[in-house]
Amino acid sequence: MVQDLFVCTRKGLFRFQHSGGKWQQTYVAFLGQPVTAFLADPRTGHWYAALNLGHFGAKLHRSTNQGATWDELAMPALPKSEDKDAPSLNQIWALEAGGPDQPGLIWAGSLPAALFRNDQNGDGEWHLVEGLWNLPDRAKWFGGGTDDTALHTICVDPRNSSRLVIAISCGGVWRSEDAGASWVCRSKGLFAEYMPPERREDPAIQDPHRIVQCRDQPGHFWCQHHNGIFYSTNDLENWQFAGPRFGFGVAVHPKEPARAWFVPAIKDEVRVPQDGKFVASRTRDGGKTFDTLANGLPTGFGYDLVLRHALDIDGTGDTLAFGSTTGNLYVTEDQGETWRAVTHHLPPVHAVRFAANA
Amino acid sequence: MPTIHVTSHLRQVAPTGPTRVEAGTLGAALDAYFATAPRVRSYILDDQGRLRHHVAVFIDGELLVDKKDLGRRVAPSSEIYVMQALSGG
Repeated sequence: MVQDLFVCTRKGLFRFQHSGGKWQQTYVAFLGQPVTAFLADPRTGHWYAALNLGHFGAKLHRSTNQGATWDELAMPALPKSEDKDAPSLNQIWALEAGGPDQPGLIWAGSLPAALFRNDQNGDGEWHLVEGLWNLPDRAKWFGGGTDDTALHTICVDPRNSSRLVIAISCGGVWRSEDAGASWVCRSKGLFAEYMPPERREDPAIQDPHRIVQCRDQPGHFWCQHHNGIFYSTNDLENWQFAGPRFGFGVAVHPKEPARAWFVPAIKDEVRVPQDGKFVASRTRDGGKTFDTLANGLPTGFGYDLVLRHALDIDGTGDTLAFGSTTGNLYVTEDQGETWRAVTHHLPPVHAVRFAANA
Repeated sequence: MPTIHVTSHLRQVAPTGPTRVEAGTLGAALDAYFATAPRVRSYILDDQGRLRHHVAVFIDGELLVDKKDLGRRVAPSSEIYVMQALSGG
């Protein structure tokens, strides 16, 4: 079944639906406001949208009627402190539903990097996951691309909903086996060329730009890291290097863990496509080889950048979408063999996300 | 009673028009204002209770330079404006 496609942009939340052989925009909300994360909870059908209003702070809204109306919810907050420089929550960058056996549980990741839980479908208070906040290694974390450290990825394990994997820029990959009470760093094999040599393999300062977990073979993870692509086939015992390819987003096939997609760019301060060629790439053999996917993408020069949440794959594994900071939205329905432009005229895209048709 | 005026950018969460409050300091004036409009608090103060970085407060025409100075005295006749710095794009 074809899923709907939600697109979070600098100036609103948009929905595209597949109808009559085309993807058509059928909804917009929060027009003019930066939307940083979106979740359609498969358990309840509720929609959640995180906003970053800049001057007026980060906000969270929920709709229980597929977007007809929205309610503003309480925001997660960092612990009160007398320290005049105490951190304040600046943005929600990850929203995930708990497992099917955890009704009401919503996870939120933030800038600065922290994890929060709410057990009432977003009603009432959010609770800081203190096991992560109080890690001694948190003192080593630092921002990459933003002043703040950033918790951008939350994977709820399909085998056991109390197993979580999170990723932080720049603070490594962490796993909890007990719903957040305790954490173990799972960055072994990642390396950071941007650090002094003696800190290159420090697990707690790695910059995973994005991590995805294979739905049907959840011991397999892909990581688009600042220094390249990494693959774990052993449930994060270690990561294997699959090449120095820079980028932000990654998507993994839900059934075939060796298949993953990326949108490459020139690393560090440049952050545009190599040689001005805006293409995607794909591996089908666990990172041994990569195909360049260009059919349907611009034939001339292109300087689009695809941010870390702006590449997604649907539940069938055939349809993928990505949106760019230049406001282009592309979809493939054949695993990347051919791409089609849905629109060239969106505001800069922060995130794209497939969700079940309501 | 000091009067608080809040930028129209917050009209979705803030009362429109000036609001008179009973207070002797800026912080107390804001607290009194938030009591009438609880949703506005998180738009003007961060989760540490500090004025947000890009929120500008004027008291009787004078910009509050030290944004941590919520203890600043306000007079019964004071006019307090809560504004935002505008950015483009």
